[in-house]
Amino acid sequence: MTTPEPIVALEDVSKRFVKPLDTAEKIGRIFGANVKEEVVRAVDDVSLQIAEGEVVGLVGESGCGKSTLGRVIAGTMNPSEGAVRYRGVIVEGMNAQDRRRADLAIQMIFQDPMASLNPRMRIAEIIGEAPVVHGLVSRRDAEAYVAETMQRVGLDPSTRKRYPHQFSGGQRARIGIARALAVKPEVLVCDESTAALDVSIQAQVINLFMRLREDLRLTYVFVSHDLGVVEHISDRVAVMYLGRIVELAPTDSLFSGPNHPYTQALLAEVPRLEARKKKFSALKGEIPTPLNPPSGCHFHPRCPFAFDRCKVERPMLKEVAPRWSAACHLNDKAA
Amino acid sequence: MSHPVLEVKNLSVSFGSREGALTAVNDISFHVDRGEVLGLVGESGSGKSVTGLAILGLIDAPGRIGANSSIRLDGQELVGMPEHELRRLRGRKLAMIFQDPMTTLNPVLRIDTQMIEAVTAHENVSERAARARAREALQRVGIPSPDERLLAYPHQFSGGMRQRVAIAIALLHRPALLVADEPTTALDVTIQAQIISEVQELASQTGTAMVWVTHDLSVVAGLADRVAVMYAGRIVEQGSVVDVLERPLHPYAHGLIGSVPSRNKRGSPLAQIPGMTPSLGRLPPGCAFHPRCPRATDICRGEWPEATAYPGGRTARCYHPHLENEVAA
Ligand SMILES: Nc1ncnc2c1ncn2[C@@H]1O[C@H](COP(=O)(O)OP(=O)(O)OP(=O)(O)O)[C@@H](O)[C@H]1O
Ligand SMILES: Nc1ncnc2c1ncn2[C@@H]1O[C@H](COP(=O)(O)OP(=O)(O)O)[C@@H](O)[C@H]1O
Ligand code: SF4
Ligand code: SF4
Ligand SMILES: [Mg+2]
Ligand SMILES: [Mg+2]
Repeated sequence: MTTPEPIVALEDVSKRFVKPLDTAEKIGRIFGANVKEEVVRAVDDVSLQIAEGEVVGLVGESGCGKSTLGRVIAGTMNPSEGAVRYRGVIVEGMNAQDRRRADLAIQMIFQDPMASLNPRMRIAEIIGEAPVVHGLVSRRDAEAYVAETMQRVGLDPSTRKRYPHQFSGGQRARIGIARALAVKPEVLVCDESTAALDVSIQAQVINLFMRLREDLRLTYVFVSHDLGVVEHISDRVAVMYLGRIVELAPTDSLFSGPNHPYTQALLAEVPRLEARKKKFSALKGEIPTPLNPPSGCHFHPRCPFAFDRCKVERPMLKEVAPRWSAACHLNDKAA
Repeated sequence: MSHPVLEVKNLSVSFGSREGALTAVNDISFHVDRGEVLGLVGESGSGKSVTGLAILGLIDAPGRIGANSSIRLDGQELVGMPEHELRRLRGRKLAMIFQDPMTTLNPVLRIDTQMIEAVTAHENVSERAARARAREALQRVGIPSPDERLLAYPHQFSGGMRQRVAIAIALLHRPALLVADEPTTALDVTIQAQIISEVQELASQTGTAMVWVTHDLSVVAGLADRVAVMYAGRIVEQGSVVDVLERPLHPYAHGLIGSVPSRNKRGSPLAQIPGMTPSLGRLPPGCAFHPRCPRATDICRGEWPEATAYPGGRTARCYHPHLENEVAA
């Protein structure tokens, strides 16, 4: 049996930024504090293959590079180094027409649906604009197409003349999803798409994602810091730490027996409905910034198992079981 | 035991608006004992934060506390208390932490300035003693090199550290009651766990009672002793965490719990509460949950059901509760 070609593949992808100042830092600067802009390695040498029809969850603490990696996958950002392949072809090297096809095939759905919806456009335009512009439907058929797309995500087509602010948070999330679906994508990159929603509405949106996956054979990259949500819908999970993937495994394996010490610590912190009054015992230490990552294994200052080698040598992502890899020197010791 | 640390009775809070008064909190009653954690849960707009603010006496005009409302702290009535007396209580016996720690922290003042002021506002001590207290408080919430940190400004801290400083300030005077409004919602699970573990530790040392406002049922499961579920300004069910989370009586609590992704539900569709949270200006008559409730009948459209007591000290407001779940743990 030959492995089918991945729909999206990342090869040694890195992304660097000049770090912007946050509000407190800006205020600090006004008051004379010495706050400088610096270079961040948001994504640091990541390789990942995503199979057609698969749901890959991307988890990690804030600032670890999940959203950046999501944007690189969606093609809204080019990598600083390395390559993104869509169906085997390097996206950056494509001619304009192929690039446009690849961009349409991989759609991004954002965290804050309100911020990503133009407040002055009616829902019908928000959903119908791109497919008309890209010639996927004729202007004449647009109205029926919009109605069909709205129905697919559980929106009432008779509300298509309304503006985004006239909808609830959950409905706005659906509008964002409908807009992405309207260009007939194959891959959806969802960045914290349920984070801003109330639990009962979040459940509606998660159910919708799962139904669409079946109806349309979609592939998902699901970026979230909510491990409960990721566990619920993903087939495989990639755990990121300071720009690197430190563990990549089928969801069941990862949640039942995490290999990497960071994954172990992270899973221990997840609040669970099944848990009863317990003593929270926490992973020590702040989330380090990607501005100045620790040497060797980035996790070593917080790792209870760190030994000499961890401070000097970066552990590479290695297979620890079929389809399961982790980046930790302990795995060499065990062998 | 004499009386609970906090006893809230028939609390209502309304806000004037063009369409008339909106009742954000509607006739709620609950209590919290010494050292106890009460989780206050519900969806956005259900009245959790307004409840917390009311306890602290922070409802400003046009907000109004209803006529029969009573909030007692260690037996002392807070409703109607003059502002200068309330201010003496706040920060000393009564403290609050918010989702955004910058609600508490002043961005243009150094941490030591803010903390020393917080100490000396309530205690007649020298600046040196106050500084020592501040230093110790930072250490207790797990801030490394507190001496250095005292000289810093809030912007030099991460979000998690800022929240810890806000907590250190809130707990400076070992308050009898701490109201925490989603203090960890914006933070990562790892930092959330650190903060919760520190608050737990401090509360167990000082016997501080807590009202923990959150929309995250999983946090409540691990942290609280008892839980109160709010919907449209009402507490629709309250009881021990075990009873309410494992055997909810109220259909809304039932639906809410079913909609949380959890181990045993992986990959299967989550329970869905149809429809959406109603806006307070347009609450349906009767039980406000009825348009979304699978058990609703005609009677539900008439009047709000009264709070009914069930075994195990539980109460629920519903005409057709899940009685199969009535037995207490
Ligand atoms: N100052 C105010 N003026 C008018 N209405 C208000 C005011 N503060 C709150 N409300 C209204 O009271 C209701 C309850 O608000 P509250 O902030 O308590 O909700 P919550 O349960 O804390 O929600 P969330 O989970 O979103 O924080 C909402 O409908 C809100 O719009
Ligand atoms: N457009 C940008 N410009 C500069 N820095 C950025 C930008 N986007 C993200 N970063 C930085 O890159 C790092 C990773 O960010 P991000 O991918 O958003 O993390 P996550 O989604 O995991 O929280 C962070 O340090 C962040 O501040
Ligand atoms: S490589 Fe070393 S520091 Fe890194 S996770 Fe493994 S044991 Fe810990
Ligand atoms: S009172 Fe009626 S509508 Fe309200 S929760 Fe109970 S059964 Fe449902
Ligand atoms: Mg992000
Ligand atoms: Mg609130």
